[in-house]
Amino acid sequence: MALLEVRQLRAGYGPTRVLHGLDFEMAQGSITALLGANGAGKTTTLRALCAMVKTEGEVRFAGQPIARRSTEDIARLGIAHVPDGRGTFLNLTTEENLRLGAYARRDRRAVEADLERMFGYFPRLRERRRQQAGTLSGGEQQMLAVSRALMLAPKLMLLDEPSFGLAPLVVRELFAILRRINEAERVSMLLVEQNAAMALDLADHAYLMETGRVVLGGKALELKSNDAVRKAYLGY
Amino acid sequence: MTRKQILLIGVLLVIACALPFVASNYRTFQFTLVMVYATALLGLNILTGYNGQISLGHGAFYALGAYCAAVLMDQAGAPYWATIPAAAAVCLVAGFLFGLPALRLEGLYLALATFALGVAMPQLLKYDHFSKWTGGVQGIVIAKPEAPWGLPLNPDQWLYFFTLAVTLVMFLLAWNLLRGRIGRALVAIRDQHIAAEAMGVNNAIYKSLAFGVSAMYTGVAGALSAIAIQYVAPDSFNIFVSIVFVVGIVVGGLASISGALYGALFIQFVPNIADEISKAAPWAIFGIFMIGFVYLMPTGVAGAVRLLLARRRSQ
Amino acid sequence: MRCARRTSATDVDALLHQILAGLATGGIYASLALALVMIYQATHLVNFAQGEMAMFTTYIAWSLVTAGMPYWAAFFITIVFAFVMGVLIERVIIRPVEDAPVLAVVVVFIALLVILNSVAGWIYTYTIKSFPSPFPKDAFVATKYMSPHEMGAIGITLVVLLLLFAFFRFTPLGLAMRAAAQNPDSARLVGIRVGWMLALGWGLAAAIGAVAGMMVAPIVYLDPNMMGGILLYAFAGALLGGIDSPGGAVVGGFAVGVLENVLGAFVIGNELKLPMALVLIIGVLLVRPSGFFGKVHVTRV
Repeated sequence: MALLEVRQLRAGYGPTRVLHGLDFEMAQGSITALLGANGAGKTTTLRALCAMVKTEGEVRFAGQPIARRSTEDIARLGIAHVPDGRGTFLNLTTEENLRLGAYARRDRRAVEADLERMFGYFPRLRERRRQQAGTLSGGEQQMLAVSRALMLAPKLMLLDEPSFGLAPLVVRELFAILRRINEAERVSMLLVEQNAAMALDLADHAYLMETGRVVLGGKALELKSNDAVRKAYLGY
Repeated sequence: MTRKQILLIGVLLVIACALPFVASNYRTFQFTLVMVYATALLGLNILTGYNGQISLGHGAFYALGAYCAAVLMDQAGAPYWATIPAAAAVCLVAGFLFGLPALRLEGLYLALATFALGVAMPQLLKYDHFSKWTGGVQGIVIAKPEAPWGLPLNPDQWLYFFTLAVTLVMFLLAWNLLRGRIGRALVAIRDQHIAAEAMGVNNAIYKSLAFGVSAMYTGVAGALSAIAIQYVAPDSFNIFVSIVFVVGIVVGGLASISGALYGALFIQFVPNIADEISKAAPWAIFGIFMIGFVYLMPTGVAGAVRLLLARRRSQ
Repeated sequence: MRCARRTSATDVDALLHQILAGLATGGIYASLALALVMIYQATHLVNFAQGEMAMFTTYIAWSLVTAGMPYWAAFFITIVFAFVMGVLIERVIIRPVEDAPVLAVVVVFIALLVILNSVAGWIYTYTIKSFPSPFPKDAFVATKYMSPHEMGAIGITLVVLLLLFAFFRFTPLGLAMRAAAQNPDSARLVGIRVGWMLALGWGLAAAIGAVAGMMVAPIVYLDPNMMGGILLYAFAGALLGGIDSPGGAVVGGFAVGVLENVLGAFVIGNELKLPMALVLIIGVLLVRPSGFFGKVHVTRV
């Protein structure tokens, strides 16, 4: 059974329809990349999965239909969304941000252990734990956002443009950690990325979106060697 | 205006003129007050309905107009009819002056500032240092005007026609003002103020003028009310006067001239009927109706009437 | 009539008395201002009905006390009642218009004000009633500057404020409420039920208002219209301190209380206190709209 099944997903903002019947699947434990040009609807897809926009169609998570549920319920089911712009609670401290990630959890001791683990992955967050999150650098805020999502103990992580505004070195570091997390903690990831090259390096599967539909899908390696993809998105 | 509308207004006018001769003095007095409220509501509607500036303190301008009339008659011996243009002038200026700083306040904050004005007004009116003009806590009593030129009308009937005349003039003026360029500019500022500015509408002037004109209307209504009731006192101009005006335009219909009339009928007659149940009942009804109209009929009675007529026409 | 001036000690005495009395009423304004700011922070709405909610719950306390219940029992039951009332009001009356245009929201608040006022008048009539103070005149400490009740009121206010501070700072629920107020979208993404956080905020604000009402009623006597002026002072305090800063609102409330008393006694006379609040409100809105401690700019030109 696929972890995530999306069938004929339609979504938009007010009168503007952005997704015109999206179909794709994700297996458990995979890192899947959603690629496409600006305006293809990648961010909208992630938002639609979290019911942040009005949707039609079907979405199944671990077999359960979630398309009509509220954002907070979907989060409680184990889907953690690192949104476009990171969604940090800027006026709260780093540690408060992290603890909020675990808000819906009941297992206090595991939460404390997870907190330590986050500091292990991202030592700079430990240094800044009592600082206001708004004073962190872009890279640090991205790490904070990813950590907060992980504090949810999610089965699926949605990442919206995690490389945005970060230096290439930092992105490499971040993606390496993401792979570690995926392997060590079996957290599946759906990644929306403009940086197609890096995304295809990290992911094992990928889908290509164009104007609200999936036009191509398959293993990341296959897409990397696909001529059309190479010319349009990989630049060679 | 269509033929039908002109006919309708004509019929209404005939009925209005006939009323004092067929109804009791008290009933006539009640309808005089309806016209007073209609003028006041029209004033508030110009500001809040058409121009989108929320005022929870229009009772202050009502009081200003009323006191203007009372003080002029009591202290300066002015004839009652002269107090109307005087009150209009004073309130036009006062409203404009209040409207200038109000330019910098938006929505909720303007509501807050005007709310404060409405709450503070009675204390301002009671202030010791003004009391030699305002009569302090006891207020001012004024004489009831008699019908001029030996007309065979009793004071209540004369007052009714006087008020009717003034009200008609005010409504005509408003109708003229609002259906043309000025009305469109006001609405444009309310709905799309950035676009309005970009199209060359001077938001600041229009908004301040809207405040001034709106205050003028409510002030004139205040003056008429002072003459009709023959008494002004600080505590009768508390925050609930401002609130009842809001009730009137919400129920009657925002951005609508006929709405002022519907609203006036509502706020005059509901207390009469509800008072039987309990002293508190009228306000409970006002509150419930306000919420009800906001949820269910945001365009007010005027809007509902328009809808009904449109449906009839399309059948 | 004044006797020939003696030493300035009497004047200092009088000033001190006004300042301390001002702190007592200031505590009440601070509580209401805090309630207003709590709701504003979460919803960006000004609760015009805050005063009437406080008044109504104070009447409930009065009913309980007159029915024979001991004061502190009535006190705590009233707080619970107020909390529930606040939650219900938010869920039933405010929620449908949360995203409506400003005028609609303002009208709903005013309607709430009016309904609470008239229901109180209907049930309890408009005759003024006295409300007991748990700090009787011949109690433990009675200085010449403050009555036991005034001191008690300050004490209770400080306890309430401290409890709230601790709640928001140190509990997970308090953290969740802060998060929901600051960034509702992100709050949802971590599973916080933002709608219920709002209801909770309203419940707390109503409870604070109840305490404020019960503290002020012994001073101004219980009457359906007792909170009108007080609400104005609370608005002034909240704006002065910063409408989005809880700490600022508290400081602002105390400041307004002291200002009101001192100015009222020595400068402008007692009859112009409300106009003073009006001037303060308009002044702050025009000159420094974010207040002394606030961050957000609240006006748009």
